[in-house]
Amino acid sequence: MMRRLGSVLGVTSILMLMGHAALAQTAAPDPTAAANAYANAPHNWQLWFPVAGSPMQAKIDWLMQYVLWIMTAVVAFVGVLMVYVILRFRASVNKVPSQRTHNTLVEVVWIVVPVLVLAVIIVPSINLIYYQADDSNPYMTVTVTGHQWYWEYNYNAVPGLDYTSYMIPDDKIQPGQIRRLSVDHPLVLPVGEKIRFVITSGDVLHGFYLPSLGVQKYAIPGTTMTSWTIIDKPGTYYGQCNQICGLNHDGMPIEIKAVPLADYLAWTKYATANYTDNTVPALPFSSPMPRNQLADATR
Amino acid sequence: MSTTTHDHDHGHAHGAHGEHRQSFVSRWLMSTNHKDIGTLYITMAFIGACVGGTLSMIMRQQLMYPHNTLITNGNEWNAIITAHGLLMIFWFVMPALIGGLGNWFVPIMIGAPDMAFPRLNNMSFWFLACGFVFVMLGLFLGSGTGAGWTLYPPLDNAQYSPGMATDFSLFSLHLAGISSLLGAINFIATILNMRAPGMGMHKMPLFCWAILVTAFLLVLAIPVLAGAVTMLIMDRNFGTSFFEPSGGGDPVLFQHLFWFFGHPEVYIMILPAFGIISHVVSTFSKKPVFGYLGMAYAMVIIGFVGFVVWAHHMFVSAISTDSKIYFQVATLVIAVPTGIKVFSWIATMWGGSIEFKTPMLWAMGFIFLFVVGGATGVVLANAALDQILHNDYFLIAHFHYVLSMGAAFGIFAGIYYWIGKMTGHQYPEFWGKVHFWTFFIGVNLTFFPQHFLGLAGMPRRYPDYADAFAGWNYVSSIGSMISGASTLVFFYVLYRVFTGKDQLADNYWGEGATTLEWQLSSPPPFHQFLTQPVVT
Repeated sequence: MMRRLGSVLGVTSILMLMGHAALAQTAAPDPTAAANAYANAPHNWQLWFPVAGSPMQAKIDWLMQYVLWIMTAVVAFVGVLMVYVILRFRASVNKVPSQRTHNTLVEVVWIVVPVLVLAVIIVPSINLIYYQADDSNPYMTVTVTGHQWYWEYNYNAVPGLDYTSYMIPDDKIQPGQIRRLSVDHPLVLPVGEKIRFVITSGDVLHGFYLPSLGVQKYAIPGTTMTSWTIIDKPGTYYGQCNQICGLNHDGMPIEIKAVPLADYLAWTKYATANYTDNTVPALPFSSPMPRNQLADATR
Repeated sequence: MSTTTHDHDHGHAHGAHGEHRQSFVSRWLMSTNHKDIGTLYITMAFIGACVGGTLSMIMRQQLMYPHNTLITNGNEWNAIITAHGLLMIFWFVMPALIGGLGNWFVPIMIGAPDMAFPRLNNMSFWFLACGFVFVMLGLFLGSGTGAGWTLYPPLDNAQYSPGMATDFSLFSLHLAGISSLLGAINFIATILNMRAPGMGMHKMPLFCWAILVTAFLLVLAIPVLAGAVTMLIMDRNFGTSFFEPSGGGDPVLFQHLFWFFGHPEVYIMILPAFGIISHVVSTFSKKPVFGYLGMAYAMVIIGFVGFVVWAHHMFVSAISTDSKIYFQVATLVIAVPTGIKVFSWIATMWGGSIEFKTPMLWAMGFIFLFVVGGATGVVLANAALDQILHNDYFLIAHFHYVLSMGAAFGIFAGIYYWIGKMTGHQYPEFWGKVHFWTFFIGVNLTFFPQHFLGLAGMPRRYPDYADAFAGWNYVSSIGSMISGASTLVFFYVLYRVFTGKDQLADNYWGEGATTLEWQLSSPPPFHQFLTQPVVT
């Protein structure tokens, strides 16, 4: 009797599993699929910034080249002077040292010229600071909260859409994922729209750092700070925690899936429909817990 | 400068004076002699550098490969990076430059018999030695202090860093701070009051100017650190909430207080090296320093402006847009007096008859690498760029160029320049040059690739990183091994010096060396200037 019941239950459960799989295959296509075409990730032997994924980072990239070329010229100038001095004024070449200790003209020149160089750097730099500070009129706002050791994303305009994002542990990495950069539930964002991040922390300091999008702010408990960006094209973008936050500081990366606006809107509906648990763990929160609110929605 | 001394006691062999036949305990544990205390400080710096350097080698070994298993516990890693930072700053660079070479040569250079307060001098050293014990307890007790050397709360409060390790690290900063403060008061009193007749402030050697400015920075900056550390200790142990948001406090306040100390601290570490470089460049070019007054007042200006730029360490923390602009511009202003220093060093060499002895190699290496570090400093001073560069490896590369190369090269320049004066034995020239070139290659190979890692987006304080950062990390680790091997060469140089049988002349560098220490015997008598020298 018991054996028969057992086999019936077994067969039923297998059928149910198969049915589940069949259902999943016929389900609507992943709304974030558009993000899988392009990945803006660091590569080995990289020499420069990531390819700019936002106007913000493009401007930073431009200013960086501008300042760095000026400074390279300064370093080269000093280097040339030193090589000349080494060759021309070595003891074997110049036996009698001059005793000159003043030259008013060069002393004025080496004050005035650096001041002019700095002025040339300061003007575009200050313009970019104001640009970075202008977070007005965003299309949407995401509240980003750093926790030990995961990120929590709250979509302010979508009631109830608030989920956590953990790094995929090294031993669970699937093909196509990047060790130490991929997460279980990426942050899904629309392309071409101004996105404002309101950044804070639930425990210690963290750093919300998106190199390819030109965003970085500390996450500070008790304070909110804002930053913003506009993502140029669909794709996957990566970032990491950039302020020491305890023993898993290197284990809370940021992964962003950027998709066209229509897909993003479809995703918000899909995500809220599949949303099963929006409780955020009470503080203090120090051990990673499995949280699968959006397991199907973000992959 | 031309000097005459009526003090010809350098003819006496060292140890000929009966008055200082002291027991080991009396001489080294209860010393009041500025040269002996200087030696103690240099020994402390040597120990600090060995421990801090070993920690850095462990860190580079871990980072040599991604997913390395040398260190698997993040707490252990964080304790190591914290101890590395604290040791290198407070127990290597500061004691080597200020307590060590400063104690040894400032009184001699101004023609004084000793420091103004000899017992305070001794007390200052032993506070530092006790602090070393505390910082090591902070490394080894429990899981160690894991908040980074900047010690930002809330990570190091009682909730997130339980255990005594963090308290020991905080108290070690108090001890090192008291030590620096007492030392600084001593230097100010000595330099302002005990210069030989004829040595006006504007005739004083640049190393003394550098130490004087450094001492003023210490007196003004250390109490702020002491206040911030005290508030942290109160938060941890007595239930206050200076930095606790839940109690109405603010973690950002700590960042302001810390960097109000921390930025002058950067100049505290580099100004004495500036002073040493001026003497070395002048000696081996056989020329007086070019633009002496400009050099002295450039340091005064750097010291002054260094106090009003602290929040450039907080460009991605909670500061307003207009504050960013002020702090960026103020920071960039420092490039001007620094440029005066660099160009004046080159002008000192210009027209000289340069001998490339080991100290000169270190000095020239210093000038060029400091300019490289200064150039990336100008980049980082731009708040708009710091938005992406803050806390990544570009920053690590920048500050190791100015410290691991700037301050460390300055220390080595000073050691090679003066070790004959301090011991009476000359270093072996060949091995000194081997040390320089291996170290030069090693540190550049270590830190230059870190610029690339930073641009690619690798954050600091990570024990494990994405595989894409593997290439340059591997190169960097190879560089650190070369620097480590180079340090072994330095140990051999020291061995040769201390087993040397030669007896150096008073002025073994010849015509270029004009300051007062070159008129004394090598090593100088236990009490110099029994008759006051007169500077003309």
